[in-house]
Amino acid sequence: MKQLVCISRTPETTANIALNGDGTDIQTDGLNYILNPYDEWYALVRALELKEAQGGTVTVINVGGAENDIVIRKALAIGADDAIRVDAQPSSAMAVAKMIADATKDGAYDIVYCGKESIDYNGSMTASMLAEYLGLPFVSYASHMDVSGNTATIKRDIEGGTETVEVPTPFVLSAAKGLAEQRIPNMRGIMMAKRKPINVVSPGEAKNNAVVSMYELPKGKGDIKMIDPDNMEELVRLLKEEAKVL
Amino acid sequence: MVLVYVEHKDGKFKKNILEAVTYGKKTADMLSTECAALVIGNADTSALGTYGADKVYTLNADGLGDFDSQSYSSAIANTASQIGAKVVLMSDTASAKTLLGRVAVKLDAACISAASSLPKVEGDSIVVTSGTFSGKAIAHYSLSGDTKVMSINGNTIKPEELGAAGATEAISVAVDAPGVKVIGQDTLSSERAPLPEAELVVSAGRGMKGPENWGIIEELADAIGATTACSRPVADTGWRPHHEHVGQTGVAIRPNLYFAIGISGAIQHLAGVNSSKVIVVINKDPEAPFFKAADYGVCADLFDVVPKLTAALKKG
Repeated sequence: MKQLVCISRTPETTANIALNGDGTDIQTDGLNYILNPYDEWYALVRALELKEAQGGTVTVINVGGAENDIVIRKALAIGADDAIRVDAQPSSAMAVAKMIADATKDGAYDIVYCGKESIDYNGSMTASMLAEYLGLPFVSYASHMDVSGNTATIKRDIEGGTETVEVPTPFVLSAAKGLAEQRIPNMRGIMMAKRKPINVVSPGEAKNNAVVSMYELPKGKGDIKMIDPDNMEELVRLLKEEAKVL
Repeated sequence: MVLVYVEHKDGKFKKNILEAVTYGKKTADMLSTECAALVIGNADTSALGTYGADKVYTLNADGLGDFDSQSYSSAIANTASQIGAKVVLMSDTASAKTLLGRVAVKLDAACISAASSLPKVEGDSIVVTSGTFSGKAIAHYSLSGDTKVMSINGNTIKPEELGAAGATEAISVAVDAPGVKVIGQDTLSSERAPLPEAELVVSAGRGMKGPENWGIIEELADAIGATTACSRPVADTGWRPHHEHVGQTGVAIRPNLYFAIGISGAIQHLAGVNSSKVIVVINKDPEAPFFKAADYGVCADLFDVVPKLTAALKKG
């Protein structure tokens, strides 16, 4: 089985986000970057588990500059066999999806994974766009998957529960919590990753018609009102009369 | 024309869907055009006109029995093309996350998910906000080009009784074969609203000391008809189910009222909940960072104060 995992580089989860002077961009100085958790913890690890059980290969693909090689090496250290880096700055979900599709459409991958979202732009759009560009079935928010022969049985998260679907390979999925458990790379994996190939390819043509014109930070809360623990009636009154949320 | 795809469950529309219809009508007004709704399958469509649909298209075709991204996205995109819709909207649901990108690629459209404001029309572009960095910042997206596709966050606007005509017409378009077969659904029997839609949320963390103590949280939630949630450590240790986990790597929510009980307020947790309109923090540690992000605070032992709060809420 040939598997492809799309990976993204994002600021770490504890990062504080600040803006530049005119709010046209975020301040990137001092930001630490990680492999997007949904891509790493769930998508990549489930692909590796399937490879260990059924054989085949796991390739990771990323759209970005050479600065992304650190997170790509981490994916290789966790166990991916090889990597493709599309040498372009990721400008929008649509552009990233198109570039990944162009770079992989002749790769005959059986399962293509994305994380359910990247924790920077949170759009959850790339996977369904990629499925459309590749002309493949798509299962979003997969939280459990069994594969038998050419058929996968997948549980996906829906409002207030789960839905179970059957889908023939090849297909695209987006990985949610539960699909697998995070793996920490060991020293052997880290050493081996240094010798695994990162194939740098030029991007296909893509346009970006959804651009960020400005950022703002969420409005800070005003001063907190502390309530006497023995007077919960006062809290209820404030929630009703002042905040008007009850 | 603005086209709103309106999801329904067993023929009924939830509040977030009606919000999207009202959003569609307001957007259509800005663009001096009409708002149409698209219903796939059979539903009671009377509410759609009430909340702003000038026209309601109903579509029944082979391949649309169960939800599938290929068949449904082809139905929506082909309807948009047939009626000349330049803006296609849907509520930001699990189905929308599956469909939105496909519809946008089919229509070669600018696309944004989880819009959190009404649009601003700037020439041929539309500008909307959407949360980024898991709620740590808000981005203003400028969508250009001929066609725009957007999903709308729940609680962005209120459904308004705008009293549009809502004339119903059956439409016929080509529909692709579904690629995925639905085997079954397992939805919780809970009476509570799913977290992404919930207006009131009661959330608890490690301060609860163990899963056996969650009775007081359930009672507080029941007293106001709220949905229960939890912090990541609580879900990771199995005290509570994963679907209750709110925060950066869990569910991001934007309720009117969020109770954070025994949760310290790590930045990853705050990122998923700081779009809440009002936040109440109950914590015995006066240094808990959550107090800095809250509107109301109670610094006390939660096991003492939560039952008192429940009693006060029941008294009304």
